[in-house]
Amino acid sequence: MTALLFLILFPLIPAVLLLAVKHDGARGVITRLAVGVIVAASIGLPWLMNAGLPVYFSFDAEWAGKAMFFIEIFLAGLIFFLGLKYKHYLTSVLITLQFALMAWYEFSLSGTVTIQQHLFLDRLSLIMAIIIGVIGGLICVYALGYMRDFHDHHREMPDRRPYFFFVMFVFLSAMFGLVFANNLVWLFFFWEVTTLCSFLLIGYTKTAEATTNAFKALIMNLGGGLAFAGAIVWLAWSGGPLELKALIASPQAMVMIPVALLCFAGITKSAQMPFSSWLLGAMVAPTPTSALLHSSTMVKAGVYLVLRLAPVLAGSYVGAAVALVGGVTFLLAAFIAISQSNAKKVLAYSTVSNLGLIVTCAGVGTAAAVWAGIFLIIFHAVAKSLLFLCVGTLEHRIGSRDIEDMDNILIKMPTLAVMVLIGIGGMFVAPFGMLISKWAAIRAFVHAGPVMSPILILLLAYGSAVTVFFWTKWMAKIMEVSVLRTGHDPLEDAISYDERFAHWAHTVLTIGVCLAFPLVSSQLVEPYVAEVFGQAAGMEAGNLMLTGIMVALILILPTIAFPYQRKAGYVFGTAYMAGLNEYPDRMYDGSLSQRRKATLKNYYLAGIFGEEKFMKVGVLAGTCLLALMLGAALL
Amino acid sequence: MAYFKKSPWLIHYDGSSCNGCDIEVLACLTPLYDVERFGIINTGNPKHADIFLVTGSVNQQNVDIIRNIYNQMPEPKVVIAAGICACSGGIFAECYNVMGGIDKVIPVDVYVQGCAVRPEAIIDGVVKALAILEERYARAKAA
Amino acid sequence: MKTIAFGIAYVLLAPVIGGLLVGLDRIISARMQRRVGPPILQPFYDIFKLLQKKTVVVNRLQNPAIFCHLFFMIATGFLFFEGSDILLIIFVLTLSGVFLVLAASASGSPFSHIGAERELILMTAYEPMVLMMLVGIYKVTDSFHFYAILESAKPLIVYLPGIFVGFLYILTMKLRKSPFDISYSHHAHQELVKGIMSDMSGKSIAMVEIAHWYENVFLLGLVYLFFGFSPVLGIAAVILTYVFEILVDNTFARFRWELAFRSAWLVALVLGGGNLIALYALMGGA
Repeated sequence: MTALLFLILFPLIPAVLLLAVKHDGARGVITRLAVGVIVAASIGLPWLMNAGLPVYFSFDAEWAGKAMFFIEIFLAGLIFFLGLKYKHYLTSVLITLQFALMAWYEFSLSGTVTIQQHLFLDRLSLIMAIIIGVIGGLICVYALGYMRDFHDHHREMPDRRPYFFFVMFVFLSAMFGLVFANNLVWLFFFWEVTTLCSFLLIGYTKTAEATTNAFKALIMNLGGGLAFAGAIVWLAWSGGPLELKALIASPQAMVMIPVALLCFAGITKSAQMPFSSWLLGAMVAPTPTSALLHSSTMVKAGVYLVLRLAPVLAGSYVGAAVALVGGVTFLLAAFIAISQSNAKKVLAYSTVSNLGLIVTCAGVGTAAAVWAGIFLIIFHAVAKSLLFLCVGTLEHRIGSRDIEDMDNILIKMPTLAVMVLIGIGGMFVAPFGMLISKWAAIRAFVHAGPVMSPILILLLAYGSAVTVFFWTKWMAKIMEVSVLRTGHDPLEDAISYDERFAHWAHTVLTIGVCLAFPLVSSQLVEPYVAEVFGQAAGMEAGNLMLTGIMVALILILPTIAFPYQRKAGYVFGTAYMAGLNEYPDRMYDGSLSQRRKATLKNYYLAGIFGEEKFMKVGVLAGTCLLALMLGAALL
Repeated sequence: MAYFKKSPWLIHYDGSSCNGCDIEVLACLTPLYDVERFGIINTGNPKHADIFLVTGSVNQQNVDIIRNIYNQMPEPKVVIAAGICACSGGIFAECYNVMGGIDKVIPVDVYVQGCAVRPEAIIDGVVKALAILEERYARAKAA
Repeated sequence: MKTIAFGIAYVLLAPVIGGLLVGLDRIISARMQRRVGPPILQPFYDIFKLLQKKTVVVNRLQNPAIFCHLFFMIATGFLFFEGSDILLIIFVLTLSGVFLVLAASASGSPFSHIGAERELILMTAYEPMVLMMLVGIYKVTDSFHFYAILESAKPLIVYLPGIFVGFLYILTMKLRKSPFDISYSHHAHQELVKGIMSDMSGKSIAMVEIAHWYENVFLLGLVYLFFGFSPVLGIAAVILTYVFEILVDNTFARFRWELAFRSAWLVALVLGGGNLIALYALMGGA
C-alpha cells in the first residue's frame, strides 16, 4: 500500500518545488529526477506488492477524507470565483450544484455509509498506472524542451512555466489517485482535480481563445462531475455500495441509475458526442498538455471508468445506449477527421474516435469486448502520445501545424519524419496494436446481440474505412519529396535533448508494446478479464505469432530495401510533368512561359465530410442517445 | 532472349500537326488494324514506353517537351517519326514557327513518310523500329 | 502442414495463374470489341520486357515502398490459402494498398499525387463492404479460416446473397475494371486514370503488375468461398464471375470518383447492411 500512496503523493513534491524554481536548468534536473522515480515506481509496482493481484487496502482514512473535503471546498470556491470573474456564469452554477450535492453527502449521508477498502491495485489499475507513469513522465521531460522553445517563439506570452509544471505534476498525482481508488468518493475527488488541471492548462496562454475553450472544457466536465456526484448521492441514499469493486459486482437492476450517471461522467470526460467540442477546443493548449491530458491520460480516465463498469453494462439497455454513443462518436469523429488539415485537429478527432471505440467495447461489455477495449487504451495512449510529441516539435521547427506544409520533412528532418510515420502506422496499420485491437473489437461485436451487432458492425466498418483514408493521406504527404538533399540540415539539430529522448522512448515503446503484445495479453489483460468475467478472452496463438512476425517484417523490409537500391542500378530521373521542363522544388515552365510552382494538396472532401455538418449530427445523435440511456436507467 | 519484339509499348506525341497522322495512329488501335495483337500498347507515360512515336513537326513551344519526354524514357528506346511533318516539316517546313522535323531535337531511328501516314506504314515502321530496339538492347547488354 | 503447402503453392503458382487470367481478360475484351487481341501469354512478355528496361526512379523512397506492396500482397494470399485468420488478412491487404499509395506519393509529382489520392478514395470506398462480408461469413460459419469455412459446407451464397452481390460491386473496383478503374486503369494509360504509375518504370511496374496478379487470385479465392460447398460450383462461379467482370468492364464508361465512392458506400449499406440485419434477425444474436 505504501507503493500506491507513494505514487499518489510523491508527484506533489516536484510539483511544489517546480512552482518555486524559476531557473530552467534546475527545473530540468528536478523534473528528470522526479520522472525517473515515478517511472521506476510505476513499472516496479508488481514487485513492490507482496501478494498477488488484485489486492485491496483498507486503512483508517478519516483524515484523508476530511482533507479531501477541505480541498474540495477550496477548489469549489476557486472555480466559483473564476466563473464569476470571467463571466462564464454557468460554471459557477454547476460548481455550486455539484458542491451542494457533495456537501449533502458529506454532512448527512456519509454517516450511513461504510467504506472499508479505499485503495486497490488490480491488473487494469496496474496497466493504467504504468501508462500514467511512463508516458506521463516522458511527456513531462519532453515539456522541458518544448516549453523552452514555446516561450522563445512566443515572447509576448507570459512565462508561467513554474505554474505549468506544477499543474502537470499535480495532474499526475491525481491520475494515480484516480486509478487506485476503490472508494467512489475519493475517485470523484481525483476526477475533479483532473478536470481542474485540464482547465488550468488549456487556459495557460491566457489568450481570449484559450480562456473560452478552457471554460468550455470546464463546463462540460463539470456537467459530468455533477452526474458523478449525483451517482454518489443516489448510492449513499439508497444504501448501495460506494466501493467500485462492489458496485461492479452488484446486480444490474439495483445500480442501473448510478451506473448510468457514472457513464455520463465518463462520456463527458472522454469527449464523446455530444461533448466532443471541448477536446477540439483544448488543442489550443501547448502540445505537452494535448499529449498528456487530452489523448493519453485524462481522457483515458473517462473510458477507464466506463470500461470498469462493463460487467454491469453488459446486456442492458443502458449498455446498448452507451455502446451506441461510442459507436456514433467513432464514426462521426473519423468522418470529420478527413476534412481537417490542421495536424492537431486530426489527432484530436482521431482521439475522440478511438475513445468512442473503447466506449463501444465497454457498452457491449462482454469479455472479448473488454479485452479489446483495454488493448485499445494501451496502444492508443502510446502511439497518440508519440504523434503529439512529434507534431509539437515539428510545429516549432517548420513553423506550421498544417499537414500541407509537411512535405519534404523526410529530407529536412529524417529521424522525426520516420517517427511520425511509425506513429501514424501505429494508429491504423496491421500489424500494429491499434489494428489488433480493432480486429478484436470486430470479433467482439459479432456477438453483441441480434440488434446491436449489425448496427455496431456497420459503424465499425465505415469508420474503419475512413481512418485508412485520413491517416494514409498524412503519411503520403510526409513521403512526398520534391527537393534534393542538400547536405546536413540544421533543422533537426535544433531539437532539444529532452524532446529527442522523449521521441525515441516513445518510438521504442510503440514498437516494443506491439512486440510484447502476447506477453501483455497473457500476464495482464487476460487474467483481468478472467477475474472480472469468469471467462477467457484473447487471441489465438497462431494470430499472435503472425502479428509478431509482421511487426518485425514491416520494420525490417523497408530498412533492407532502402540501401539495396544502390546495387540495383537504378537511374535517377525527374518526375513526370507531361513533358514540361522541371526545375528543382517542383517548379516548371507553365503557359505564357511563366515559371510556376506546382502545389499538391490532399483531398479533404470538405463537401462530403464537413466538420460543421457532422458535429451537428453528432451533437444531436449524442444527446438523443444519452437521453435514451438515462431513460433506460430509470426503467 | 529479348522481349521487346513481343511487348512494344509506345508513347505517342503530337507536335504541331494537323492531327491527320494522329487519327491514323489511333486508327491502328481500332479493330480494323488492331495493333494490340502484337502486344503494342499506347501508354500515356514516357517512363512506361519503349517506342516514341512522334507525329507533327517541332516548333518553339514543343522543342523542350519533345526533348523531356525522350529523356524521361528509360533505355532502351527508339524514336519513330510518323508522317512527313515529323520527318522534315512537311508542307509547313517553311513556316516561321516550324523548326523542322523532330530529328532537329532527338535522334530518330525510323522515318515513316506519308501525309497522312497510312496505318499499314505505321505498323511497318514499328516493326522496323523493334528490330533496331532489340539490336540496341543486345549491344547494351554486351557492354 | 498441408495448408502451408497450399500457401507455398499459391506463392509459386499465383503469378502464372494470374498472368494467364489477365491474358484471357485481354483476349475476351478484344473479342468483345471485335478485335483479335494479343496472345494469351502477352502479360508474361510484358513483364519480361519490363524487367529488361532500365528502372528510372525519382528518389530512393519509391521502390522500397513498391517492394513492400508486393511483399505484403504475396503475404496476404499466402496467409489466406494457408488458412490464417481472414479478418487479419484483409488488414494486411490494406497495408499493401497503403504502401502503393505511399510509393506513388514519394515522387512528389502532380500526376502520381492525384493517382495516389484516387487510389485512397477507392480503398475507402470498398473497405466497408469487405468488412461486412467477413463478418457475414463469420456469423454463418463461426470461423475466419479458409479451410474451416469450406469444411463447414454451409452454402454461403444462400445465407449471404446481398453480401455477395455487394462484393461483386466492389470486386469491380479491386480488379481495376471500368466503371471503377479510377486510379489504375487497364485500358487507358493516361495521366489521370493511371496516374498512380506515373513515376514508375521497369522493375517497379513489373512488381506492381505481379502484385495485381496475386491479388486477382486471392480475390477469386474469396469468390470461391461463397460457393465452396460444392467444388464444381465454386470453380464455375469463379470463372463466371471473372467473365462477368470483363463484361461489366467493357460495357460501362468510367464513373467519376464521387459517384464511385458514394455508390459503393450506398451498396454496402443497403446490400451488405441489409443482409447482416436479416442474418441476425433470422439467426439470432449469439
